[in-house]
Order: sequence, then structure tokens, then C-alpha cells
Amino acid sequence: MKVRVLVRLKSGILDVQGAAVQRALGGLGFADVRGLRVGKLIEVDVDAPTPERARARVDEMCRKLLANTILEDYTIEAPGGERLAPPGAVR
Amino acid sequence: MRFGVVVFPGTWSDCDFHYVISEVVKQPVKYVWHRDRNLADLDCVVLPGGFSYGDYLRAGAVAGRSPVVEALPEFIAGGGVVLGSCNGFQILCEAGLLPGALMRNECLQYRCQSTSLLVENAETPFTRALRPGQVLTMPISHGEGKYHADPETLRALNQRHQVVFRYATPDGQVTRAANPNGSVENIAGIVNEEGTVLGLMPHPERAAESAMGGTDGLQIFHSLLGSLVEDGTFTKR
Repeated sequence: MKVRVLVRLKSGILDVQGAAVQRALGGLGFADVRGLRVGKLIEVDVDAPTPERARARVDEMCRKLLANTILEDYTIEAPGGERLAPPGAVR
Repeated sequence: MRFGVVVFPGTWSDCDFHYVISEVVKQPVKYVWHRDRNLADLDCVVLPGGFSYGDYLRAGAVAGRSPVVEALPEFIAGGGVVLGSCNGFQILCEAGLLPGALMRNECLQYRCQSTSLLVENAETPFTRALRPGQVLTMPISHGEGKYHADPETLRALNQRHQVVFRYATPDGQVTRAANPNGSVENIAGIVNEEGTVLGLMPHPERAAESAMGGTDGLQIFHSLLGSLVEDGTFTKR
């Protein structure tokens, strides 16, 4: 079962990478960018009988390794469950 | 005093530490492979700098869950001390053996330069040969050395004197300009509550012979040797 994890720096923590990318976009003429933060998308194919079980396992993985909760928040998207982005969003 | 220098795939300062301990400090030392859990014959475990496991995911993240690091709590509880420099500091934070985390330098540049470090706590086994207010010169070489901790953790660190080194000017002023990576409160090195685990971004092993441009890094080794008492335990001042 494929599960996706979005790992982001917590709001309030300065994202220097995002700021650099935003400046680069400004240099390309995208002066209308009001904010930009860079995160990580992790796709996990996990052997689980149900989406709930898959989500629980991946949540455990996030707490143990995939995210550093001192710096980062994470969102888990399991099949039929909560989505990382609204339906129809560009992927 | 028996030292173990841990080697992960991607470690780069292991040979430098080994050389300084064996040839300069003249102490017994061996390499410890990252899969090894047996640390029983050691007094001090060194986690050197480098890019363990390619620093994939986050700097020190994978190494922080490796067999040798999982064996560290028992080693520390048994009276051993741990010194983590650069990537070793990142690994100790990732493993939860030190509070806080290290992130991308605020300047976005990889910084390889000499730094001045203000000694703030001279009562740890790693610093007892020093005095508070003394300034040491050691190089840094990292892209992810910006120390971060939430305000509550910072308060606790300061209250318990766990901040050992801060980036400073050569005359000991802790200024923003002297901060090479944007670390909160110029923090360059901290210890755990017991003072038996030191993590620092600078490289003491690269400041251990006059031919390297300075010997201030040796003070950490001399402190350790002076802290080891006859029964094999370590003492604070």
C-alpha cells in the first residue's frame, strides 16, 4: 500500500532554502511570490492489510526516523484518507 | 585511557582523530565500526565529522539510529564519555542524546574557517583543563551547523550550564558577526545534563599540532585525561 508523507519545517522556523528559491524566482521575474517554503515528499510502499494500519505504521516511522519533530511537522496521506493537497491540485 | 573512534560509511574525520589520539595524545585507540554494539573495553567514544550515510534524509539522521549509537546510552550509564564533533554533534542530537537540532547554515554557505570559541563551562570532563572566559581557536567545516532549540530547552540549557562553547570574537565577545552559521545564542557546543556527552560543531582534531595552525583542540583531550580517575570513572572538577 502506497503512503505519502509530507515533511515540512515547522512554521516559525526560518527556511533559508525556501528564501533562496524565492529570491531566485524574483530574479526570473516572478515578483508576485509572497512566500515559499521547501519540504520533502516521501513515498512509502508498506505491507499493510488496511489503510488505517498503513497510516499507523508510517506514523511510527515518522516519529522514529522520517521527521525530526524538533524542527519539522509531517502529514500522512494514506489511500482513502486525508490528502496532502486538495483534489485537483497540481502534482 | 581507551578511545574508540566510530566509523560510519561516509565519515571523514576518523583518521584525523585516530592520529591525534595515538600519535599526539599517545593513548590507546581503535576504530569502532557502526554495526558494532560492544563498547565495553572503552572509556571514551568519539563520533567524528563527515557525512555519515551520505547525510541522507537529514544530517546524522540515519547514523543516529545505527547499532553503535543505540549502544551509547548503556555505555554512558556505565561511566563512559562521548565526544561528538561536527557530524558527530548532529548524530548525538538526532539520537536524542543531546537536546536540540542542527540545521542548514543561515548564510546557506558551507563554512570552512577558523573560529574563536568562548569557554562557558569549564567543569565538564572535556573542559576541566580550561577556565571560563578563555577563548579557543578551532576550525569549523560544515553546511548544517546552525544549532536550534525551542525557548524552553534553551532556558534549561542555560540554567544548567550545558552550553560549553559559544562562537565569539578573538577577544571573547559573543556577537552576531562572530556567529558563522546563525546558531541560536551563538551556541557551538553543549553537554548533556550529566556533562558526560559533548557535542560541538568545531573540529578539535584539526587543531592539535602547531603544524595545523594551533593546538587548542588538544585541551579537550588533556581535560579528558585529567578527568579519568583510578577506578575508571570520570570526575568533574
